[in-house]
Amino acid sequence: MNMISVQGLHKTFNKTIHAVRGVDLEVAAGEVVVIIGPSGCGKSTMLRCINLLEVPTEGEVSIDGADLMDKGTDLDLVRAEVGMVFQSFNLFPHLTVLDNITLAQKKVRKRSKEDAEVEARKQLERVGIPDKADAYPRQLSGGQQQRVAIARSLAMGPKVMLFDEPTSALDPEMIKEVLDVMLELAEIGMTMVVVTHEMGFARAAADRVVFMDEGVIVETGPPDEMFSNPKEERTKAFFDQILP
Amino acid sequence: MQQLEAARGRAHVPLKRRAEEEAWWQSAPWWVGIIVAVMVAMGLKILFDEDYDLAWKNIIPGVWITIRSTIYIFLIALILGLLAGLGQVSNNVVARNVARAYVELVRGIPILPLIFTLALVIIPDVSAAVGAENSVPNDWRAILALALIYGAYMAEIFRGGIQSIARGQTEAGRSLGLSRRQTMRSVVMPQAARSIIPPIANDFIAILKDTSLLSVVGVLEITRRTRQYSASSFKFPEAFFTMTFIYLALVLALSTVLTLFEARMTRDRAGER
Ligand SMILES: Nc1ncnc2c1ncn2[C@@H]1O[C@H](COP(=O)(O)OP(=O)(O)O)[C@@H](O)[C@H]1O
Ligand SMILES: [Mg+2]
Repeated sequence: MNMISVQGLHKTFNKTIHAVRGVDLEVAAGEVVVIIGPSGCGKSTMLRCINLLEVPTEGEVSIDGADLMDKGTDLDLVRAEVGMVFQSFNLFPHLTVLDNITLAQKKVRKRSKEDAEVEARKQLERVGIPDKADAYPRQLSGGQQQRVAIARSLAMGPKVMLFDEPTSALDPEMIKEVLDVMLELAEIGMTMVVVTHEMGFARAAADRVVFMDEGVIVETGPPDEMFSNPKEERTKAFFDQILP
Repeated sequence: MQQLEAARGRAHVPLKRRAEEEAWWQSAPWWVGIIVAVMVAMGLKILFDEDYDLAWKNIIPGVWITIRSTIYIFLIALILGLLAGLGQVSNNVVARNVARAYVELVRGIPILPLIFTLALVIIPDVSAAVGAENSVPNDWRAILALALIYGAYMAEIFRGGIQSIARGQTEAGRSLGLSRRQTMRSVVMPQAARSIIPPIANDFIAILKDTSLLSVVGVLEITRRTRQYSASSFKFPEAFFTMTFIYLALVLALSTVLTLFEARMTRDRAGER
């Protein structure tokens, strides 16, 4: 069974804006899928439907067999299994880095303060900023903040990690430090869905690249095939625009 | 090169500032001195003039009623305001509309007529309707009336504070598996507190002052005692002067306490921003 299964997904905002128009997407455990496409084509909306930050207008979404559209499913528990990394980091500014990472562990996973802190420090070590535990988010660079956000999600022990343009708000010199962390995650077998414009990352880490346009998946394939030999006109046009 | 420019920039600013800076006597808080002087003058008058002293002795039992009412009203309004504020941002259609109707109704009616209506009509009628006629003592009708009014004002403060927190904060909380309630409590509220506390403190002082309105529904607080004493003794100037002094002293004391409290809150949270 697939880790993520999306079938016939539609999302309409205010009854008029048809952001996602019938998307099917299956992601196997350990697979890394990169989603690309022009701005406003529905990438974020699709991603946000996977952990029900947006409620789909129509369609089926399931995570590791749990049907998210079923009223009996505990969405909070599913969300704890699905890590989400945002373009704007969304760290909690009133909490230290350590408290950012321990909060949900304590409240959702019911871990003791000590256990949560051990896990938090482990994840900070992994993302390369073990010395920032006691800092507040505003004292960190953008790249460091995004790495804390990743650590915060990882500390929940998620089955799936979703990334929505995680490096788009970063200065160029900080992009690499975040991508390196993501590459490492891909290598250890994390199931990941990544919306990004970083084609280097797609080449290095993606098992599959999905090209979206106007709310639908236009084309999907392995990265080298997609980049060197896209089949669809729209995909070609998009690459001509973004690739040098 | 860049450093040179930065250094030059630094050198320029203080020079310009110094020229515009006020002398110490221009920026000193003279107003504090003026208020203290007024208070001392009034206090001495009351202390050494027998007629004023008599007025003081007649009014002072009302002070406790005023203080007690203020505290009860504030605490009840705080709870009502929190509930109605959360109600307004709730996903629940009923909660949202009930909360909104409450807030809009109260805000659409002047405070004095509303005290009459609540204390003399609605609260007695409601208590009668639930089979507990005359169960609410008069002072409590008045306290509940003003608490209901300030609850609606505070609801707007809570709603505004909650809505001022970026949506991404809630989304980050929810996507970590926190429930709506946990997210509100651990993520949104602690951040909203920064903008909520000052206007709530303001309302605390406003409640203290507005307890004087409760004199119209028979609460024997400072204003009512003053009017009773002045009407029976014909010592109007003495009574009103003393009443004013007492209110001023109470308001100054409360605002000092609240200022210290706010300063402590800001210091505790200095790391955040
Ligand atoms: N909360 C919302 N309310 C209304 N319209 C929205 C909302 N979120 C996204 N949209 C619209 O849906 C479309 C797809 O947006 P989005 O998924 O953010 O695209 P992408 O992430 O690919 O840039 C856009 O037209 C956008 O304006
Ligand atoms: Mg987007």
